Amino acid sequence: MIPAAFDYVVPATVDDAVRELHDAGDEAKVLAGGQSLLPVLRMRLAAPSKIVDIGRITELRGVRDAGDHIVIGATTPHHEVQHNQLVREHALLLALATETVADPQVRHLGTFGGALAHADPAGDLLAPALALDCTFVVAGMDGRHEVPASEFFVDYFTTALRPGELLLEVRVPKYTGWRAHYEKFNRVAQAWSICGVAAAVRVDNGTIAEARVGLTNMSSVPVRARGVEEALVGQQASPEVIKAAAARAVDGTLPTADGNADAEYREHLAKVLTERAVTAACS
Amino acid sequence: MRITTTVDGTSYTDDVEPRMLLVQYLREKLGKVGTVVGCDTSNCGACTVHMDGQSVKSCSVLAVQADGREITTIEGLSADGQLHPVQQAFHDSHALQCGFCTPGMIMQAVDLLKENPDPDEEEIRAGLEGNLCRCTGYQNIVRAVRAAADKMQPSAAPEAETSREPVGASMPSEVAQS
Repeated sequence: MIPAAFDYVVPATVDDAVRELHDAGDEAKVLAGGQSLLPVLRMRLAAPSKIVDIGRITELRGVRDAGDHIVIGATTPHHEVQHNQLVREHALLLALATETVADPQVRHLGTFGGALAHADPAGDLLAPALALDCTFVVAGMDGRHEVPASEFFVDYFTTALRPGELLLEVRVPKYTGWRAHYEKFNRVAQAWSICGVAAAVRVDNGTIAEARVGLTNMSSVPVRARGVEEALVGQQASPEVIKAAAARAVDGTLPTADGNADAEYREHLAKVLTERAVTAACS
Repeated sequence: MRITTTVDGTSYTDDVEPRMLLVQYLREKLGKVGTVVGCDTSNCGACTVHMDGQSVKSCSVLAVQADGREITTIEGLSADGQLHPVQQAFHDSHALQCGFCTPGMIMQAVDLLKENPDPDEEEIRAGLEGNLCRCTGYQNIVRAVRAAADKMQPSAAPEAETSREPVGASMPSEVAQS
């Protein structure tokens, strides 16, 4: 299908983009790579009167080192994130999760910030961003402010971004030397996670010194599996310890039932995938 | 909105509606009907073309997003009457049944081999995960991509597609000899 008609603007700067968004109120949609938005427009699930294409704002694209953290620009394509040396060195979990997003064609155009702002609970980048305590930098008419990942995801497809606001970049603390794994369960022809587990660990002499675990699609928003983390920290990375910790993966989750899985099956998946993810991360 | 694109080596300037999809522009404005619309939901990959040297699904790109960019379609792959090595390999390996997925499969295979000139079977399947064949013809498609990889070693004939970074150019020599 063809999208409904809309006005199209291509701002060259963040200030111009914010002004365009502000002027349109909640009638506007932001286009970055368009890999989530275009299908939505084509199916006429949304018919915004104005599209603000931020894909040509050069300052929003790329990854840079900022001392104790790295900064990933909102319009950095997945393909660039998954291969970026800074990301692989300091936030391996994000690179590994990004590798599993959709397919190569979509990863060429789809963007890091776009996927996070879209906030699909089955999207693979939300749980890693939460587990790694990322910070979201947002611009509006009244200036720029920061939102922690724990407050950014509000509900299904809903973030703390207000009408007229734009996600500029994501700050990722450095997890240099940590090991990581992203384990997902999905239909072969569709890459959306039925359930996914993002695990990062710092292993010191066989002991798990620190652990971060996030769950994909186990609630309307990504879930931090703090019970699993607590059960892992200070323990030897043994199969028994990991299995016992994984049993706590469903603490604090509120999985839904849909055509892919009922809630009980998702809880089963969360435990199994947590065991696999942590095992892979520790090995 | 007025856009200027280079498609298969020729520059075009056209007024398009912002909502026009790239695949629509290619087929309906430029007559490049070699690029097909399969699922229309960005699942199947039949509409894959290259934009600035990278594969994209042209049913999920607005024509205005392609303004100022270089597009290569399946129709621009052969040169001087010679099929591209990937096209020839699909022919030789009988890598199609109904043929509908073929333009997208070939365009994605070219992208895959540019990034990884010596892929094993698993890497080929992963590289083609965004392309669906409903004739279940994957076996011969994978075979064709592998055969094309062998043909496209640096010592073989030069790459036909005029991309900025010719296929195989960055391949380490130890890989090239394997």
